Amino acid sequence: MESVRLPAEPLVVIQPTSRWSLVSFKDIWAYRELLFFLTWRDVKVRYKQTALGAAWAILQPLFMMIIFTIFFGRIAGVASAGIPYPVFALGGLVPWTFFSNAITASGNSLVGSANLITKVYFPRLIVPAAAMLAGLVDFLLAFVLLGVLMLYYHVVPTIQILFLPVLVLLTALFSLGVGTWFAALNVKYRDVRFALPFLIQLWLFVSSVILPSSAIPQKWRWLLLLNPMSGIIEGYRSALFGLPFDWPALGIASGLTILTLVYAIYTFGRVERSFADII
Amino acid sequence: MQPIIRVQGVGKRYHLGGPAAPYSTLRETIMEMARKPVRALRKNGDNSTLWALRDLDFEVSPGEVLGIIGRNGAGKSTLLKILSRITEPTVGRVELFGRVASLLEVGTGFHPELTGRENIYLNGSILGMSRKEIERKFDEIVEFSEVEKFLDTPVKRYSSGMYVRLAFAVAAHLQPEILIVDEVLAVGDYAFQQKCLNKMQDVSTSGRTVLFVSHNMGAVSRLTQRCIVLEQGRIVASGPTASAIQLYMTSGLMQRAELIKNTSPDKAMNLRRIALVDDQGEVRSEVPYDDRLRFVLDYEVNQPVTGTSVGIALYTVDGTCAMVTGDFDSHPELLGMRESGRYQTTVEIPPCWLNTGRYIVTVSIANASSGVIYDHVEAIVLEVVDTGTPGSRHGVRRKGVLQPLLDWTTRQVSK
Repeated sequence: MESVRLPAEPLVVIQPTSRWSLVSFKDIWAYRELLFFLTWRDVKVRYKQTALGAAWAILQPLFMMIIFTIFFGRIAGVASAGIPYPVFALGGLVPWTFFSNAITASGNSLVGSANLITKVYFPRLIVPAAAMLAGLVDFLLAFVLLGVLMLYYHVVPTIQILFLPVLVLLTALFSLGVGTWFAALNVKYRDVRFALPFLIQLWLFVSSVILPSSAIPQKWRWLLLLNPMSGIIEGYRSALFGLPFDWPALGIASGLTILTLVYAIYTFGRVERSFADII
Repeated sequence: MQPIIRVQGVGKRYHLGGPAAPYSTLRETIMEMARKPVRALRKNGDNSTLWALRDLDFEVSPGEVLGIIGRNGAGKSTLLKILSRITEPTVGRVELFGRVASLLEVGTGFHPELTGRENIYLNGSILGMSRKEIERKFDEIVEFSEVEKFLDTPVKRYSSGMYVRLAFAVAAHLQPEILIVDEVLAVGDYAFQQKCLNKMQDVSTSGRTVLFVSHNMGAVSRLTQRCIVLEQGRIVASGPTASAIQLYMTSGLMQRAELIKNTSPDKAMNLRRIALVDDQGEVRSEVPYDDRLRFVLDYEVNQPVTGTSVGIALYTVDGTCAMVTGDFDSHPELLGMRESGRYQTTVEIPPCWLNTGRYIVTVSIANASSGVIYDHVEAIVLEVVDTGTPGSRHGVRRKGVLQPLLDWTTRQVSK
């Protein structure tokens, strides 16, 4: 038998969560490989046994773009700042599709992983995070479609396109915040499953996807600022098509993103350890 | 010696109706909130809660293999879930001085669409292995699982036996300082079970600390030196395995000759009743040595199944398995299709066969080929009473599980 040298301090102390205990980021770091494997699993499994496979990543925004062009193309003519409407619409739809898929996937992820949660310990935040990250692959594919369309309409990106990664990061963080919050809520209230698709539909109309925020009457425009997605999506268009950035809107969106994320992680941390009992 | 696990005053309270009604809707919570002030006024104690565990204190030394035994509902699973950090205690504190891996189920997180190879990585990482560790052990895992030919086939095409073997193979190659194992040995065919048991024994002799929960007293006594016995959420005994098992097998076990269970339609098959009866069909718990033991079992098949068996096993109070018998032993055709419906089956143990004493009868309804268990209960306790065994005629209780009255033929062959 090998001699065992024990640490002086316990590696793990298990006791009832105090009111203020937070998600342990040290723990999440220790489990980073699991985050990778769960993301990898979601990516691998997503289009298994589908006829069209990963084409779905492109078809979703493509068809939305076609429908929007048919119905809104003419109204938007002036407002789309000289960008052909199909390109304009797809520029908003690509990040929107990522966002809506990401919050749906992560919002339902914990409940969908009930078998894991009741059998193994790992920081639970990994589950909604992996669900969100898995969507990034589709996001990338959709960008390829957007590139092709831009080429077709001769929309040439400017140096501003370098800002794109920052926007992707912002979208990912906001999706993580919203998705995590819904995931935690979903464990206790399965209402989330029904409310989420409905909420996403409504959300689409106030996120400057169909029409630019400039199409909204001036006196209501401040309301859009409360929705980070609106600022973020306009930001994508600025970065992709070389339009001027609306810095205040982006600033407010970033601020709200961080607030959402902090609040969501805090809420999640408080209920995390009772998941196994109520899921 | 400094313990590697220290459990101090741990308790876990469940709100009744909590686990039974696992999730609520927003509307219910709002209703609840509206009612709360009224309830606060009426405050009549916490009779709506249940302590699944109460006042647990124990320590485990490094390298020790500790068994945890107790009946269903005694709190074993809750304890394991607390130690593996799946759920948190309501009160108390646990200190762990080593890395923990827990094995409450084999194949946790297996994804049916992924191949065997992919699932090894996924499952390994879920159980807490690093990618490097998995890579290093990969060949060993594959060899142990005996599925190398199907490594690149999605596991949904695996037979349940292959699935379980692969799952156990991954789990068996975990190398934490503390391993928590729940009843995973009841998988696969007999040969594989033995292989699992040997592997577990290797683990336990390599200096690692193991907490082992099982109903299989044979496995418990083979693997552990010390046991704690749980009853209704409290530790009722702790000590050397042999005496703990003895206590577990006898304590609180009222002589019970009949067990009636509710239907459980979510299982493919389930037991409804088992009884020990006499010739008139009356239930009895004491059987004369020179009378036969007749068991009547009623069970339900809730969906058509194949390859299943209904079996009983008899254990002596020190945990020795006296015998196992299954309905397909004499009727192999039962391994074919069983249609949905209610069934009754009867089996008899001949008279003048079992030694006198108490026996615990367990019933297993399982898939004979895959080892998947639908229903397993410690059903009844019976006593074979001495009505003149060969030994007692000479004033002794002979040793042995069997006390058969055999025919000896003797002749003189030379002078």
